[in-house]
Amino acid sequence: MKIMVPIKRVIDYAVKIRVKPDKTGVETSNVKMSMNPFCEIALEEALRIKESGLATEVVAVSMGPTQCVDTLRTGLAMGAERGIYVEAKGDLFPLSVAKILKKLIEIEKPGLLILGKQAIDDDCNQTGQMVAGLLGWPQGTFASKVLLDKEKQVATVEREVDGGLETLCLDLPAVITTDLRLNQPRYATLPNIMKAKSKVIKKFTLLDLNVEIKPDLEIVEVREPPKRKAGVIVSSVDELIDKLRNEAHVI
Amino acid sequence: ARDIKNRRRIGGYGIPSHPNHIRSITHRSTKKSLHKHGVTEIVIINTITMHRFLSLSSKSNSLKKFMPRSSYHHSNLLHTHFTNSKTSTYLSKSTLKHSSSTYQLQTPNWYSSFLHLNGNSRFLGSQLGINRSFLSGYWSSCGILKKRVVNGSGFLTVKSFISDLRSFSSEPDRESIEYDVVIVGAGPAGLSAAIRLKQMCREKDIDLSVCVVEKGAEVGAHILSGNVFEPRALNELLPQWKEEEAPISIAVSSDKFWYLTKDRAFSLPCPFDNRGNYVISLSQLVRWMGSKAEELGVEIYPGFAASEILCDVNDKVIGIGTNDMGISKDGSKKDNFQHGVDLKGRRITLLAEGCRGSLSEKIMKRYKLREKGSAQHQTYALGIKEVWEIDECKHKPGAVLHTLGWPLDHKTYGGSFLYHMKDNQISIGLVVALNYHNPFLNPYEEFQKLKHHPAIKPFLEGGTVLQYGARTLNEGGFQSIPYPVFPGGAIIGCSAGFLNVPKIKGTHTAMKSGMLAAEATFGVLNEGSNMETYWDNLRSSWVWKELHRARNYRPAFEYGLIPGLAVSALEHYVLKGNSPFTLKHGKPDHEATDVAQLHSPIQYPKPDGILSFDIPTSLHRSNTNHEHDQPPHLRLRDPKISEFVNLPEYAGPESRYCPARVYEYVPDENSRVKLHINAQNCLHCKACDIKDPKQNIEWTVPEGGGGPGYSVM
Repeated sequence: MKIMVPIKRVIDYAVKIRVKPDKTGVETSNVKMSMNPFCEIALEEALRIKESGLATEVVAVSMGPTQCVDTLRTGLAMGAERGIYVEAKGDLFPLSVAKILKKLIEIEKPGLLILGKQAIDDDCNQTGQMVAGLLGWPQGTFASKVLLDKEKQVATVEREVDGGLETLCLDLPAVITTDLRLNQPRYATLPNIMKAKSKVIKKFTLLDLNVEIKPDLEIVEVREPPKRKAGVIVSSVDELIDKLRNEAHVI
Repeated sequence: ARDIKNRRRIGGYGIPSHPNHIRSITHRSTKKSLHKHGVTEIVIINTITMHRFLSLSSKSNSLKKFMPRSSYHHSNLLHTHFTNSKTSTYLSKSTLKHSSSTYQLQTPNWYSSFLHLNGNSRFLGSQLGINRSFLSGYWSSCGILKKRVVNGSGFLTVKSFISDLRSFSSEPDRESIEYDVVIVGAGPAGLSAAIRLKQMCREKDIDLSVCVVEKGAEVGAHILSGNVFEPRALNELLPQWKEEEAPISIAVSSDKFWYLTKDRAFSLPCPFDNRGNYVISLSQLVRWMGSKAEELGVEIYPGFAASEILCDVNDKVIGIGTNDMGISKDGSKKDNFQHGVDLKGRRITLLAEGCRGSLSEKIMKRYKLREKGSAQHQTYALGIKEVWEIDECKHKPGAVLHTLGWPLDHKTYGGSFLYHMKDNQISIGLVVALNYHNPFLNPYEEFQKLKHHPAIKPFLEGGTVLQYGARTLNEGGFQSIPYPVFPGGAIIGCSAGFLNVPKIKGTHTAMKSGMLAAEATFGVLNEGSNMETYWDNLRSSWVWKELHRARNYRPAFEYGLIPGLAVSALEHYVLKGNSPFTLKHGKPDHEATDVAQLHSPIQYPKPDGILSFDIPTSLHRSNTNHEHDQPPHLRLRDPKISEFVNLPEYAGPESRYCPARVYEYVPDENSRVKLHINAQNCLHCKACDIKDPKQNIEWTVPEGGGGPGYSVM
């Protein structure tokens, strides 16, 4: 069984981001980029499943500008066998990504699609669910534990939901999106990085895949959150009520 | 088990040896203790573990393929003798083990018997018979060891002179990869050396494998410098840099020099001649050089920290080892534990770690390089810098400003700089020499004070800070250059110390030293010459002449600001570098700190959040981060000294000079004030390693990939 893991190249989580002066987005030039942490967790889970013998191959997929190939190489260095890179210019919103993934899945026919639950740059939390919808596959999102049963071809997924933990049983092929507590991703060691250089990354263009991407969202403005105002220490309850009523207008 | 490990490895995480620390790691160290009996047997075990490593991915026969091309020649003889009986059983065990889903190097069963060896000699008898003979058989063959110490359990252990050099017997679980040249540090010197090597390879049609390891998460992440760049070395290295779009575009347009008092600024004649130089971001230039190096075929591996030096039995350096990753605070392995890797430089290892490089310092001590070069000790300064984006109307690309005087007093050498780069960005910073006397001095706060000066403030108003950082730099100059060649390699760049202090430029000399080392290395690898040619070439190059001419400026300031300025004027205008005398440096920086009694605490103004900031805010802008759960990389050689010496005598100076607030004296539950180390904040500036009065703080390299993330510094 093949596992496909889409990974996204985002601004590194430790970088302090800045809004561009023209407010069209966040400053991404000269800024460190790396693999989305949730995608790392997804890849780690896929690799563990493969090492336990329940899968044969892990394929890492990425789409976007040419630098995505570097992120794919990191994925290969972690242990994925092959990489697929889809060249796409411009902003890629979740629905577009889902459509591209659907096409790739039709080509590759994996038994399991594991993704990060969201990307740390847009926090959309949509791609996994959309792909599942397009394909008609069952989905187990916010997974904090994944157990595969090969004979029965089911995946038991424990999900972190608001009320606690929910356990679902999904028929394969299925889509799983990973949450933070699923595992601790491994480091890509130096020897693995060197071996990854010789691993294959197949390149597709949108034309090859016959996918038409129409951006369905438009970013109007990006601005910093309002600066946090200093708190005020009130001297009595009356003053508090007064402020709540007259200044904050909440009562 | 752990303590043997520590005695052999540098920066092996100095975790006190707990006899109960017998986890899967101990099998490594016990193997090591066996290995001390001779180089040979390690290899056997190494082959076994290599074998095991392989069973992860492929089956059996690939063993030969992955055998490191190392000098384990004798291995083959013994390989057949010992491993036959073992490997077959071994293999089956290991393959079984890997059917479990956890990603961890499993300890083979027959090693668990070794687990309890150390410190527990009664187990010796309980081992399998073959192990016993294994030990005794090799007892006699160990003639190669140096200081042999028999420890409690009857094992020979080697006490290295400096506990950071590991004798050549690599741990069996560590892979080792061979290159012709290994360079530590992807900075201007390291990359220049790599590029020059590959250029010479192309000229002479020879192929050499060159590897550069860098502890930063990416090339340029740990690079910080003013920087007014003199392209002299770059013109020699990559003459087409302009066509190849190097990030060097802003030529110096004006050069000012001010003397500041609390409220005023007096213009002085400018001692610098920056015509033909450029205002750049060195981090960006290094990034560009990194891409050039990769184009030429250099292998650059950011995110890997070289934590130890590997030596062979003749004390020759044969490479470096990266540190293990995935060790948690208490020393146990985490889920994602990975062994470090040994990178062997076939003949040459070049150390280009920058100022006060951790491995370079050890090498200089070990091989007594300062004595060999009749050099004085190195003196340092701490530079704290911010990059601001300012109002367009106030921005003059290429404007260069240096100041002297306020906020520093006449006994403290230092000054500030303000350079206008491109895109409305400016670099502003304060450099404070680390031989300051007042233990209450806080260089970071002095820098914040500086920004409020009426002559500096106008530039910054209306602007925003983009990045913050700090790094120490060399001020020793000519008098402190050590003999830079050691058996097996050389030290290049600021690790040796080629900064021209009056010019405040070290990039061009670092690059040239890298190039000269590369040329010498090429000679060693192809023509059988000696690495000494590096030293000879250095001394006949323009680097030497330049540093020689500049040698008296800085030491003159030992006598105070005015005498210093007077001698500098003399040197510059009258003697023009031909002075008959060579001034000496004063005390080493750490000895120069007075006791706290002689000074009074300095009251610094609170940050206003617009021009000046507190340290946590600034730190956030440096993008610094370290994996939280790792052993602290700042070691106290004697933990008691901080409480009994630093705090009472010197008022805890490390809590003041550290630009990242790593060191804090906080009261614990018993209201006793103790030193708390926030290693996660560390900017890798090395000030603590330099300035600690008793040299108690040792800066070692943390897990690779951590540290600051500079991009425009």
